[in-house]
Formats: sequence, C-alpha cells, structure tokens
Amino acid sequence: MAGPRTAPHSPSPGPGVDPATPSENAPAANPGTTGAGSENAAGSTGPAADAAAVPVSGGSGDPDASRSTAGGPGASRAAAGGRAALRWGIRAASLLAAAGLWQVLTAADARLWLRFDRLPTLGEIAERFGAQLTTSLYYLDLLQSLIRILTGFGLAAVAGITTGILVARSRRAGDVLLPLLEAVRPIPAIALVPIAILLFPTDEQGIVFITFTAAFFPVTVSTRHAVRALPTIWEEAVRTLGGTRRHVLWNVVLPGILPGVFGGLSVGMGVAWICVISAEMISGEFGVGYRTWHAYTVVDYPGVIVGMITIGVLGWLTSAAIELIGRRATGWLPRAEGSRR
Amino acid sequence: MTSVAENATGRAPVDEARREDGAAGAGLAFRLERAGLGYGRDAVLRDVELEVAPGEVLVVVGASGSGKSTLLRALAGLLPPREGRILAGGREVTGPSADRAMVFQDDGLLPWRSVRRNVELPLRIRGVPRGERGRAAQEWIEKVGLAGFARHLPRELSGGMRQRVQLARALVGAPRAVLMDEPFGALDAQTRAEMQRLLLEVLRETSATVVFVTHDVEEALLLADRVAVLGRTGVRAVLDVPPGDDARTNLRERILEEL
Repeated sequence: MAGPRTAPHSPSPGPGVDPATPSENAPAANPGTTGAGSENAAGSTGPAADAAAVPVSGGSGDPDASRSTAGGPGASRAAAGGRAALRWGIRAASLLAAAGLWQVLTAADARLWLRFDRLPTLGEIAERFGAQLTTSLYYLDLLQSLIRILTGFGLAAVAGITTGILVARSRRAGDVLLPLLEAVRPIPAIALVPIAILLFPTDEQGIVFITFTAAFFPVTVSTRHAVRALPTIWEEAVRTLGGTRRHVLWNVVLPGILPGVFGGLSVGMGVAWICVISAEMISGEFGVGYRTWHAYTVVDYPGVIVGMITIGVLGWLTSAAIELIGRRATGWLPRAEGSRR
Repeated sequence: MTSVAENATGRAPVDEARREDGAAGAGLAFRLERAGLGYGRDAVLRDVELEVAPGEVLVVVGASGSGKSTLLRALAGLLPPREGRILAGGREVTGPSADRAMVFQDDGLLPWRSVRRNVELPLRIRGVPRGERGRAAQEWIEKVGLAGFARHLPRELSGGMRQRVQLARALVGAPRAVLMDEPFGALDAQTRAEMQRLLLEVLRETSATVVFVTHDVEEALLLADRVAVLGRTGVRAVLDVPPGDDARTNLRERILEEL
C-alpha cells in the first residue's frame, strides 16, 4: 500500500525537473542574444544587452560565459556554445544514469534490503508503454485527468487571485474571510474526499472540487503577500494622475503582483496534480491516477510505471506552461530580460 | 475634491472649463492654514502657514527629516492634514487629483509599461481616445528629448532618462500644479544640470504652479521664483529670489543661516 503510493512521485522529479531547464531556455536563447545584438546596434544600453544574455543559460555560473558572448568575439561565442552543449550532455547523462541503474537493478532481480525483483525492467516498461499508446483508453484517461486538473486549477486561479486581492486591499473583507481561510487552509485537500463524496452528486465534481481546494490556497496566500509587498509609490503615482481605486487595481495591483502570483500558481499546479491523482486513485472511474492504481491491483507492474511516467510528463508540461506564461507576463522584471522579444 | 467633482461631471467639459478659467489663472493657488502634518502620532510639521501663488515656482528647501516630502504629499492629497486646512484653488484638499501631478524622486514609473504607455497613462485615466493620447504622448516624449525611446521599458533607461519620462507623464495631462519631490536628487551633477535646464525650458510653456522640494540650495536658487525654508517644525522663511548674481549670493547666505 505504502510502496505504490509513494513510488509515483519518486521518478517525477527526474523527468520533471531536469529536462525542464534546458528545454525552456532553448527557445529563449536565440531571441535573447539577437535582442542584445540589435540593442547594441541601436546604441541604447550596454548593461541591458549584457544582462539580456544572463537568463538564457539560467545557472549562476553562466553570466561570465554569456557576457563574453555579448562582448562579441566569435571565439568566445563558440566557447559559450561548447559549454552549453556540455551542460546539456550532463543533464541527459544524469537521466540516462538513473535509467541505467534501474535497468541493472531490475534485470538482476536485486534484493539489497530494497527488493527490485518484482519491478519491471526498462524493456518491459517500454513494451507496455508502446502497447498503451495504441489504445484509445490511454488517451481517454489522459484527457480526463487534464480536464479535471485544468477545471479545478483554472477555477482556483481565478478565485485565489480574487480572494487574495480582496483580503489584502479591504480591511473588512480581511476580517470576514481571513479567519475562515486560515482555519481551512491546514486541512490537506485530499482529506476532503469524504466531504466531496457527500457534497457533490457525481465523483467527477468531487475530484474537481478537491483539485480546486488544493490549488486555491497557495494562489490566495501568494497573491495576498504580493499585494501587501507592492511598493506604495506606484499607487500614489496613479492616484496623483487622477486614478481611482479601480484604476489602481487594473494599472498597478494586477500587473504588479504577477511575479508573486505566478509563484503561487506554480506551487498550486504541483499540489493540484498530487490531489487529482490521489483523488482519482480513491474514487475515479477514468483518469491516469485511477489507471495507475488499477494496474497495481491487477498485478500489471509495468502498467504502474507507465502511469507514473505519464503523470510525470503531464505535470512537467503543465508547470512548464505556467512558467512560460509567467515569464511572458513578467518580462518587465529586471531579471527576465532574456524572455523579452 | 476637485477630482471627484470633475469625474462626476465628465471629462471633456472639464477641459474646456479649465481652458476658460485658464485666462484667470491656469496655475493652482495653494494655501496652508495652521496645518499640522505627520504620520501616526508623530507630528512632523506644526502650524504651517504657507501660500503658493498661481503659476509661480516655489522651491522648498530643508535638511533631510525637516518634512519637505511630508509637506508635498499633503499638497498632493496623499496625506490628510491632522490639523488645520489645505486649500488648492480655494477648495479644501481631500484627496489626490489629476490637477496636482506629482513627480517622485525615483521609481515612480510603472515598470511594466513602456515609456509611451507610462506617458499615456494620465490621458488614459481621463478617457482620452487612443489616437489622441498617442499623439500627445509622442509630442511630450520628444519634448523631453526621448524620441526613439518610446517603446523602451523603464529599466532599460538611465536614471536621468527615467526622470524625463516622469516629467513628461506629469505634464502631458496639463495639470494646474506640478509637485516635485527631489526629482533630481538621485542624479549625478552633470545629469542634474541638464535636467534643471530641461525643466526650466518646459515650464516656460506651461502656466502650472510648481512646488519643488530639494535639499540643494543652488538648485533652489536656479529654479525658484520664491524659496521657502523649512526648519525643524515649520516654515522658517519665504524669500523672493531676486535677479542678479550679487543678490543671489546674499540670498544663499540668508538661506543657509535659516537652515
């Protein structure tokens, strides 16, 4: 019971985190460097052009490399390219090494206190995956989970941002809502399953409700803090230009909190996946979580691993999408120059 | 107060009304009557009596902590007085208004808006149609010497350029008063001199009243029609700035004494 439950999460950090960094940065790299070049040509700002290259390679060690790129000589550009290739190599090798270790342990049926003898080898997993990809059931499950998470998460994003702003900007709303929110927040969303079953006519709505609750609190809390951290000078500027509260809301608060809000959305998406999969395992009739658990109950261990990989990839894709939208929306931040056209 | 009335009556008629009484004095007169200003329990300024004439440039000098910015924020309507009254154009100030534009020391621009969209903001708030506000913004961007930078974000500009944008943004809406809170305080000496020249040039075209806060006596003498010296608890003296270098030297000494 505990084994399969915790297992789904262990592979997901691998494919989820590592490839995310290079593949998100890759599209940004070209616009970033060309942008730097054209800005230099326009004679506008040297420092901006330099900094434009920084987020391209992401890591803390790279500013030197990219700065020399912006400096211009072809030799250093090639060197920077070589270093980027090396980093890609390391990232890929890290994944391959993990897969290799898995293969060695499972193929040898290793029993080193941890027992690998009942886990499928890479070959078995690949074969099962190939078979799954040809069935319509696989895509139906995938679609079902995606609809659930996007509905729950979308509602949570809207409700969370609204509530966060309301609570932070209006003292009365804060007095009414905050005690309630703080009392409900510590309850894990998945512990709401009994309530969801009793409350909603269909399992489907219950699962969406649980996903919603899971994502709602991180979004609300981060929005609330982002509003409170907003420098007052922007609001004062808009008010001395004749702006009303509504103008301040649209022109200062909403754009100004986006960096903080996207942090909350990112966390919220992660929690939403945990909860949608767990809820599906408990009460679903379709969905990746249900299918994964079902595979375990019918002793289809390769099927369990296929489900886990599917969850990992879906989770990575959705958080990458949020990351990308977030970078687009906060291109004005001093550190986000690489993402600007 | 004025802003509420204006917003209620609609925008276009207001502009016309403003132009009509513009002959009588487009610049806004200010008057502080025994005003007490401060945050929380601490009074920064007490019993402030000050008059600002329509269309003049009044520079407020004072050491840091003397309450210069507090005074300016009160005039802007951002800080309600604890005692006494503040009048702008004969009406009591109860909140900020588009008639009293403010230029901040730094970072007053919205960082997610380009230069053009920052300058357009006051017109947008007032509901000016897109084409018209684009033209007005472009005109002011050129006037402050930033032609070609309209699409840049604030962080892509130097400190001096950002203050030029703030100046354009404050003036594009043709306010009746411009309140400037050490706008050149964070700039290097050369840029500051350029900005002072630009400000004098730009102000020549407007009839707006200017209240300019600084700790730099030279800057005060260069820009001011009158200088108000702020002491520990209030206005110590209000001095006319005479033409001629000798008279100014005397005035400088007088100001330094008062400080």
